[in-house]
Amino acid sequence: MRRTALIAVPYLWLMVLFLAPFLIVLKISLSDAALAIPPYTPTFKDGIGALIRELDFENFVFLTEDDLYWKAYLSSFRIAFISTVLTLLVGYPIAYGMAKAPDEWRATLMMLVILPFWTSFLIRVYAWMGILSNEGLLNQLLLWLGLTSEPLVILNTTTAVYIGIVYTYLPFMILPIYAALDRLDASLDEAAQDLGCTRMQAFWLVTIPLSKNGIVAGSFLVFIPALGEFVIPSLLGGSGTLMIGKVLWEEFFNNRDWPVASAVAVILLLLLIIPIVLFQRNQQKQQEAEQ
Amino acid sequence: MKRMSWFNVTSLTLGFAFLYLPMVVLVIYSFNSSKLVTVWAGFSTKWYGELFQNEAFLDAAWVTIKVAVVSSTFATVLGTMAAYVLVRGGRFMGRTLFSGMIYAPLVMPEVITGLSLLLLFIGIGLDRGVLTIVLAHTTFSMCYVSVVVSSRLVSFDRSLEEAALDLGSTPWEAFRLVTLPIIAPAVISGWLLAFTLSLDDLVIASFTSGPSATTLPIKIFSAVRLGVSPEINALSTIMILIVTVGVVTASLVSKQSAIRAQKDARAAERAD
Amino acid sequence: MSQTVFAPWENPDEKPLIRFQNVTKRFGEFTAIDDLTLDIYAQEFFALLGPSGCGKTTMMRMLAGFETVTEGRIELAGQDIGHVPPNERAVNMMFQSYALFPHLSVWENIAFGLKRDKKSKGEIEARVEEMLKLVRLEKFARRKPHQISGGQRQRVALARSLAKAPKLLLLDEPLGALDKKLRQETQFELMDIQETTGTTFVIVTHDQEEAMTVASRVAVMDEGLIVQVATPAAIYEYPNSVYVADFIGDVNIIEGQVSPSGDGEYALTWNEGQSPIEAASQTVFSEGQKAHLAIRPEKIRISTEKPEDAVNAMQGKVLDIAYLGNLSTYHVELPGGQIIKAQTANTRRLARRDITWEDPVWISWSATAGVMLEQ
Repeated sequence: MRRTALIAVPYLWLMVLFLAPFLIVLKISLSDAALAIPPYTPTFKDGIGALIRELDFENFVFLTEDDLYWKAYLSSFRIAFISTVLTLLVGYPIAYGMAKAPDEWRATLMMLVILPFWTSFLIRVYAWMGILSNEGLLNQLLLWLGLTSEPLVILNTTTAVYIGIVYTYLPFMILPIYAALDRLDASLDEAAQDLGCTRMQAFWLVTIPLSKNGIVAGSFLVFIPALGEFVIPSLLGGSGTLMIGKVLWEEFFNNRDWPVASAVAVILLLLLIIPIVLFQRNQQKQQEAEQ
Repeated sequence: MKRMSWFNVTSLTLGFAFLYLPMVVLVIYSFNSSKLVTVWAGFSTKWYGELFQNEAFLDAAWVTIKVAVVSSTFATVLGTMAAYVLVRGGRFMGRTLFSGMIYAPLVMPEVITGLSLLLLFIGIGLDRGVLTIVLAHTTFSMCYVSVVVSSRLVSFDRSLEEAALDLGSTPWEAFRLVTLPIIAPAVISGWLLAFTLSLDDLVIASFTSGPSATTLPIKIFSAVRLGVSPEINALSTIMILIVTVGVVTASLVSKQSAIRAQKDARAAERAD
Repeated sequence: MSQTVFAPWENPDEKPLIRFQNVTKRFGEFTAIDDLTLDIYAQEFFALLGPSGCGKTTMMRMLAGFETVTEGRIELAGQDIGHVPPNERAVNMMFQSYALFPHLSVWENIAFGLKRDKKSKGEIEARVEEMLKLVRLEKFARRKPHQISGGQRQRVALARSLAKAPKLLLLDEPLGALDKKLRQETQFELMDIQETTGTTFVIVTHDQEEAMTVASRVAVMDEGLIVQVATPAAIYEYPNSVYVADFIGDVNIIEGQVSPSGDGEYALTWNEGQSPIEAASQTVFSEGQKAHLAIRPEKIRISTEKPEDAVNAMQGKVLDIAYLGNLSTYHVELPGGQIIKAQTANTRRLARRDITWEDPVWISWSATAGVMLEQ
């Protein structure tokens, strides 16, 4: 009896506030926009029969016809992918350095990685606005060093978006890689060198393969949220930076086209299923390996 | 002691410089007396004064804190229940769906979560305001809480609960007197995580809030869209300060307790 | 048998405290306990012994109430306890991991069960003090479990499970986490406490030495079945199968065919060209039946010259000597290739070590030294 209640409360909560909303999104994505409140038709007031008759895939057809949308999806994928690779390149040496650091330093280093994670995301993105702007600190530095005679335009470009994603998601990359490297037995590396590897070979042949799970986990933890990112492209990116999260936002708030916004969301969700399933599988493999 | 290689020292230095310099710059420029945030014109704390006179910001901050406290508390209760069901519930109808619903919000883009919740609230005719933000935040942060708590429950020695039952506790007593005190650190960090997520959230709050309730991130976002402002720098500095004090304290406490545990272990060896 | 010997299982009028009646336990397809019937009497120190996965832990968990019975019934003092939840059973358990509550002190751990019974404050205090005294931990009452040693934790666990004065105490590998020396001391302590409190103990262990030391009776288990239930001496000297003989202690097994030579005596033909072995048996074997002769190494004598009076004697060559300090075990290879282990006690410090590797030696034993087993 108690057990039933224990299961039912969180279960029903999620059914009502997580699952039901998705079904509504799905339904609205099949409706037509209308000048009404709510701004779509048909609604449930029109009766089930009318509902079924009038739902169609028009919005999805529209998404394929207007090249804004598929360009936005493509560009989101590209930006998310490139930023993931960049984050990996920046994050791996840090995680590696942490794993090799003396024991008494580890806790402090760990804290230093986690601290930004607790700091407001919005503020961390905002911090770069002042640095990257035309009169910003970075350009002042470059001019002072004489590396450039004209201020570089970085803010409101895709470059700024890359910097923003790498910066904000770096802890998500470092932590799983560090966890994987920390578990590594130091004698494995020594054994490889004892058997005739150079340090570099030992790194490529032993350390990298054994930290693969951490790399994969970290990459998905960056890639998946980066794909639907909204704050970074809208603060650091310019009009040339197309990302689907921003398109959805604008479709909804600026154009008030709820059915199209819903259709954009449905497609984004479908695109995300593949990386999410891959990520879950990687996590499961890792858990099995640990047992 | 191990000596670190030149490469490792460099990568750590550069890495942490990258992580921290932007925030340091932000903090420094919050004390700039010039309105132009890129030109240093001397030290001043006037932006802090202005910030504390800005009613709109203070109101938003108050709403944000209220929402965060209430939603993280609900999220902790629901998330702990969900974790218990996942780890100890055994088999029941729709278990796969349940665990799917727990894990999905973690990887769901916020724009989708926000949009879908908004459409639900409109669909059921719920006026958007503090209540809807609380409902939305509770829903997505309970999933984080349940992940944190269930990872602790998985490593929890089940024989402790069995021992409590064996000694005559009812299942509820066993949970209250044994399980809960032991997993309390995980429950507390779950609450803190939920609290921070709620404080931080811009996207979901933007979808689910109405004209009657504006949260701090929404306020900050609309202000910084127009460009950098020293007032926001001052606000950011305060927020960074609070988090830093919190995290540093937490890590000092955990370091202390680690040292105490070591001492205890040594005392235990001598106790025979 | 004298009156003072504790052997309620030999008295047909004695009512058992615990009765397993045709108990079967299945986990899905897997049968953990297979149609098992067993009686355990009050004040016994009963050991369930077997390799891991033999079902001994499942039996214990069914007694504690953590597993339900698939078929059959379990009675405690004549009552079916199949559907009584663990918190309502007059049975307590000492867990393998001790399961001490890490957030509670030693005192509070011991008081935990008493508080659940809504006993008065004075009663609880008196009982906890009594238990602390029993396990000699009065000085450590305020410590937390992680502040005391492994041996002390074990005693806290014992005190906690005894505090409610259960009818039956279950001990799941109670000494498994202790090192060897401490384990041996604690075994005697456990026996003392069992005797003082008069509680019925059921212990689960995979350590045959431990079972033999502490138990009044031992049940040897294998794959969900009880192979033999008997006193430690009977298990050792009169095993009922090769499995039991082999599981408990060291043994030589010689396979052959028997022919009766009258009066409970048999001749075992075991190797072409060797004279048959003479052996006595209480079990009746028929002509030509296959049999296994199990002889403990310490029952075999080893000598350099042919013993005059031995019933069974054969010559071999020393292959290996294991010097264990108090004992020496000789591995002797017979002409047929079979290896027989013989053990001698090193009773003198400066003994003549006149037997060494590759030496031709004689091994010998009497007709009653071994046990003939059907399987």
